[in-house]
Amino acid sequence: MSSETPDIVTSDTDASRTAREQTYRVLFLLCGLLSILTTVAIILTLLGDALTFWNEVPITDFLLGTNWSPQIEGEYGVLPLVSGTLMITVGSALIALPIGVLTAIYLSEYASERIRAILKPTLEILAGVPTVVYGFFALVYITPILENIFPTIGTFNALSASIVVGIMIIPMVSSLSEDAMSAVPDSLRNASYGLGATKFEVSTTVVVPSAVSGIVSSFILALSRAIGETMAVTIAAGSTARLFDGSDPIGSFLLSTETMTAAMINIGKSDVDPTSLTYKSLFAIGLTLFAITFTMNVISNLVAARYREEYE
Amino acid sequence: MSSESNTTKSEPTEETTTDESSDRLIDTAAVSTTADESRQQSNSMIADTVIETRNLDVHYGETQALDSIDLEIPENQVTALIGPSGCGKSTFLRCINRMNDLVDSARIDGELFFRGKNVYDDDVDPVALRRKIGMVFQHPNPFPKSIYDNVAYGLRIQDDTENLDERVEQALKDAALWDEVKDQLDSSALDLSGGQQQRLCIARAIAVGPEVILMDEPASALDPIATSKIEDLIEELAEKYTVVIVTHNMQQAARISDQTAVFLTGGELVEVDDTQKIFENPDSQRVEDYITGKFG
Repeated sequence: MSSETPDIVTSDTDASRTAREQTYRVLFLLCGLLSILTTVAIILTLLGDALTFWNEVPITDFLLGTNWSPQIEGEYGVLPLVSGTLMITVGSALIALPIGVLTAIYLSEYASERIRAILKPTLEILAGVPTVVYGFFALVYITPILENIFPTIGTFNALSASIVVGIMIIPMVSSLSEDAMSAVPDSLRNASYGLGATKFEVSTTVVVPSAVSGIVSSFILALSRAIGETMAVTIAAGSTARLFDGSDPIGSFLLSTETMTAAMINIGKSDVDPTSLTYKSLFAIGLTLFAITFTMNVISNLVAARYREEYE
Repeated sequence: MSSESNTTKSEPTEETTTDESSDRLIDTAAVSTTADESRQQSNSMIADTVIETRNLDVHYGETQALDSIDLEIPENQVTALIGPSGCGKSTFLRCINRMNDLVDSARIDGELFFRGKNVYDDDVDPVALRRKIGMVFQHPNPFPKSIYDNVAYGLRIQDDTENLDERVEQALKDAALWDEVKDQLDSSALDLSGGQQQRLCIARAIAVGPEVILMDEPASALDPIATSKIEDLIEELAEKYTVVIVTHNMQQAARISDQTAVFLTGGELVEVDDTQKIFENPDSQRVEDYITGKFG
């Protein structure tokens, strides 16, 4: 009888193979869990210290307060910092989004192979420059140039910080947008050319709309990067927490400002007592910052899912 | 003009250098019954020439894709370009509306006249040319936009949006698609079936009012039912437009075309004549061998 049984029943070697497969599975799962656990741990740490901070400073005072002066006046209104961060983000976006998208269109639709081979790596070098270098670049080169246009500009100012952060995130926008545009199938370009469209019309009416989910994702990632940018803005924009003055928008950009990240650096590197309220405020800012970038990422995913086009 | 046999370079050598997979065999006896004889004969007598090439050569880099092509394409007829893969028939098609301009390595010599004007003259705007000579591609390639926006696309980029609704409707009717999509003009073109998408691409091409429609194997990606709808449509289109169609399918060429041009390996136009003549009694031995499936 046994000789007739086909050789498909579990044997000892099969059992050890199954056990091995099981081990691999668990190993890979652990690696995957590691990043999730890290994220959860960071959030819990932030939350724990932030909550003890909010026990002493009401969360409404923190979120709605318009004066940030932790060490001198004991005022913990985060709005001036949020305002500083938004200024840098909007300012850099005004520079990076148009230039980044136009660069991407050029790379994807207009550039010859040879030019693309030079331009793309060059842009990627921009992304690799340490941010501290950008900070000094702003301080030493950009601000003096701006001084010719705006004589009243401060040594530390939001404008030069916006410009360098903008330059910093151009590669992110252009590279990711170019990927999205290159993924648009040539058949769509041919269809458009075949109907008598010019290169510009092909780019604007077919390529960009078809790649819009990738382009918007690149915007949001770049904005998240600008929001989280620390070193360059701390050096270039200084550390004067100041609420954006809607009646004098340009003037606001010419003055020193402090972003959320810069405020955290300034608290972190000063010799405050780790049990003090000021020190704990660091975590409250951190959690707020995290909430903002997390929201941006969620929006990015929603946008990508909403506008994703299936080709064929 | 097109009724006289135009046999260029017909050395009847048994040249079977091609290694392409063989096309479908054709039952030559069946051809005469399926070809639209009446239209063919009535048209070929009076038709004007819309497109004419003289000594048209195309090279891609070092490779010669077309070798000294002389061909006349008569108005309001269906001209089929057949031949084995790599024989240059699609290249020829893409020369007519200068789509080969988009290929960096392509070099075109010789002359290609559209209504007497050489389209490779320096003063010809390829963008304007392509508005006169529409194109339908091998795979349906609707834009990821609504059905309406697809058809309106060509008119909108020309800023020619007067009576847009009616013209979109007319184009969809002419492409035999209106009844199927009239209640869902705002839904995505990508939700249509493959055959519907291809008819949408035809509607998109005819919406801008071209004189010539080029079709590059328009049914090769479709199932038999969708294919037969496209074929019926092509025959109807020939009443208003001059149609040039590249096809791999010889029965299709026999069914729908008035004139057939046979390209063979090396980018050589071996024979061009009335479709019936090509399929029943070609002058060239090589064409007969190709059509009867001896090679190709």
